[in-house]
Amino acid sequence: MNGIVSYGAYLPRHRLDRAAIRKTLGQGGGRGTRSVAGYDEDTTSMAVEAARRARWGASFAPASLQFATTAPAYADKTNANAIHAALGLAPEVFADDHASAVRSAIGALRAAAADGGLAVLADVRLGRPGSADEAGGGDGAAAFLFGSGDDVVAEIVGRASVTAEFLDRWRTPGQTASSTWEERFGLGEYLPLAQQAAQRALAAAGVERPDHVVVASSHGRVARTVAKSFGDAATDRLEPVAGNLGAAHLGVQLVDALDRAQPGETVLALSVADGADAFLLRVTDAIARRPSGQGVVDQLALAADVDYATFLTWRGGLDREPPRRPDPVRYEAPPAARAAAWKFGFVGSRCQQCERMHVPPQRVCAGCGATDLMTAESLADVEGTIATYAVDRLAYSLSPPTVTVAVDFDGGGRFSCELTDGDPSAVAVGGRVEMTFRRMYSAQGVHNYFWKARPVVAAPTADEPALAAATAKEL
Amino acid sequence: MASNGIRDRVAIVGMGCTPFGEHWGRSIDDLLIDAVKECVGSVDGFEQDTVDAYWLGTMGSGTSGMTLSRPLKVDRPVTRVENYCATGSEAVRNAAYAVASGAYDCVMAVGGEKLKDSGFSGLVVPPASNDGTASEPSAPAMFSLLAPAYCQRYGVSEEQLKEVLTRIAWKNHKNGARNSRAQFRSEVSMEKIAASPIVAGQLGIFDCSGVADGAAAALIVRAEDAHRYTDKPMYIKGLSFVSGAAQGPVDPGYDFTSFGEVVMSAKDAYRQAGIEDPRRQLSLAEVHDCFTPTELVLMEDLGFSERGEGWKDVQAGTFDLDGELPVNPDGGLKSFGHPIGASGLRMLFECWSQFRGEAGDRQLERPELGLTHNLGGSPGACVSFVSVVGSELDV
Repeated sequence: MNGIVSYGAYLPRHRLDRAAIRKTLGQGGGRGTRSVAGYDEDTTSMAVEAARRARWGASFAPASLQFATTAPAYADKTNANAIHAALGLAPEVFADDHASAVRSAIGALRAAAADGGLAVLADVRLGRPGSADEAGGGDGAAAFLFGSGDDVVAEIVGRASVTAEFLDRWRTPGQTASSTWEERFGLGEYLPLAQQAAQRALAAAGVERPDHVVVASSHGRVARTVAKSFGDAATDRLEPVAGNLGAAHLGVQLVDALDRAQPGETVLALSVADGADAFLLRVTDAIARRPSGQGVVDQLALAADVDYATFLTWRGGLDREPPRRPDPVRYEAPPAARAAAWKFGFVGSRCQQCERMHVPPQRVCAGCGATDLMTAESLADVEGTIATYAVDRLAYSLSPPTVTVAVDFDGGGRFSCELTDGDPSAVAVGGRVEMTFRRMYSAQGVHNYFWKARPVVAAPTADEPALAAATAKEL
Repeated sequence: MASNGIRDRVAIVGMGCTPFGEHWGRSIDDLLIDAVKECVGSVDGFEQDTVDAYWLGTMGSGTSGMTLSRPLKVDRPVTRVENYCATGSEAVRNAAYAVASGAYDCVMAVGGEKLKDSGFSGLVVPPASNDGTASEPSAPAMFSLLAPAYCQRYGVSEEQLKEVLTRIAWKNHKNGARNSRAQFRSEVSMEKIAASPIVAGQLGIFDCSGVADGAAAALIVRAEDAHRYTDKPMYIKGLSFVSGAAQGPVDPGYDFTSFGEVVMSAKDAYRQAGIEDPRRQLSLAEVHDCFTPTELVLMEDLGFSERGEGWKDVQAGTFDLDGELPVNPDGGLKSFGHPIGASGLRMLFECWSQFRGEAGDRQLERPELGLTHNLGGSPGACVSFVSVVGSELDV
């Protein structure tokens, strides 16, 4: 038995009301909202967050890391390596990017499925102000660990692909906005391909009607039309509130479907982009292991509004007046390489003699003075309490004011760092925080990844029927 | 912490201090030349050639001793020192030790900083090579952490503390208004201070010291030689410096209501100088009021107020110019701004002026002992300098 062993999704907290676009520009927009990566997030950082949510399997030891996105933070440098480092994977684990097209996601999934790897799909979708892509796109990430044996929660029982070359959606490297051909041309080309891939995957497993269907496409109308053909089994609950997540759309929807699926049920995942690709999965009894409270609906419920001007600023569409402070400078490669476990994995050190926890890691213990008697320990997954904080209106940020917090970690250790995803006026001493992997800033073409604290917010009890109703109304 | 000290072995016999401010028309060379020449001129008949060696304190206005030797055309040992915001004091400390050691007879400590050329708001410290993981809050944000921590520990309300901090800024501006060398030379009303725009935490613009250019210099000789230069030398009673283990920001036990480094350096300097009751024995104190809550906490760390009582003493006027222990009678960093390399020497210049009866409208009655204090870094992770100077030799 070969298939998915564990999975997770990440949706940034921010939502842009599509109507706000039309209100400002007099064009574009629409109904509903789209998800928006924070000013300190990109496809790499969101990929880390999704992968961290996919670690609930019996063990988490992927044989490879396969990262897919249409918006890689770097070219010429493998983005998967930062994810690899943040997850603390062993050096022997291969890491690679599948980048540039929506269909890259399928490449990552196929590669991970082949060797028990981890596929991480993340995207930040942009469009010109007022465009359908701007309003209809969304940001997010999903991760799937593949494996075999009893740990498999969703077995791959059918798979099919069809490839066809035609011009529907394209973008040349360096551009941020895509172009598309006339909608009806793509519709006509894609529909038969989608049907073919789906039928072949279903036929391979002898399944007539899958219990759940998720459809993702770089062509919005194709996705809706194909989904409609499967009836209620294929409702896109994501698009109305988060948008089309590009290379992550199939994955995040699949996470949501697996969260709802019961043992024995089948899930058809169908991607229609530069061809068509279908995976048919059968959910096993092992699905009982899936955690609750961190699913797609839970994260969608934690929405925080972002206004259109802020959205444009975060995505580089509005070049705002900076504070009269020096621009950030890029970090240096050798110190970052020496400190890679700390920088990417938030690995501190605990004294073997007096158990004092140090973040960042130290050689000489601040408690007992012992030298080189430390054990590496990551606090990335440890929650903490805000000991004190300051709202800073002078420090450089794309989203001022910044909030600096001193965090006392459960089990020891204090670290002062930036707080993100929080309302500066709601920060309080005693508040609970968790760590999140972020892009601190970019300088001279270097992206500075590190960890920030963010408030722990209990997900409101997800009201499934209400959400489904809202989704249906939007459609 | 053990130190032997050099009580009464060394004296300052001449000083110079430029006006502090936005010197758009003057370079660091100009400022250093002006301070050194004023210092030389302060001693009747003194030739600069007599100076055996120099110590230059500057954080970022130049590297190496040539920052001083080139503009002044001197051909002597010049040691450039840097120790964050205590840089100027560090130049004095090392110069004084060189004289006390017998290595030189006559040395000069010089400090200068040209901050305004950067075009930035606030202080800019160029980072060392790094891995990009240090958070970089602004200085006001780091020092703003003192305020809520103080409130919480001593049960002071936010409003009460705001009044206390406002009074500290008001007092220092009031003193600075009487000082022709200060950057800001007008009194500021408490209403205006309290209503100033917030920069970080609870700190408004008027809770922050300014950014200025300036330079200052001191001529240092053995105490027994002092009267060959002046009738009114200023004797060094104690010098202490502590570079902290910087664990505050990463120590869950640190509560942001004290600078441990200041407590240690004050204790050490008092022991060297034979001071047991600083509040009563000192005639004046020049302390590092980079932000108003810093000055409040320093009143307790330097032993002027009991723990948790500093805010009441501030409100009672204890540290006013006409109070029990005048603090920052020259106007402090608040009125002078903070050209890093110059500040410590500027503080000594106020003691010098007061001891000589040259402090004009700010003149205190028969001052005998003064304290100067600098700290650099942030709460929980700083360097601290404390000196005690006096107008008389202890018998």
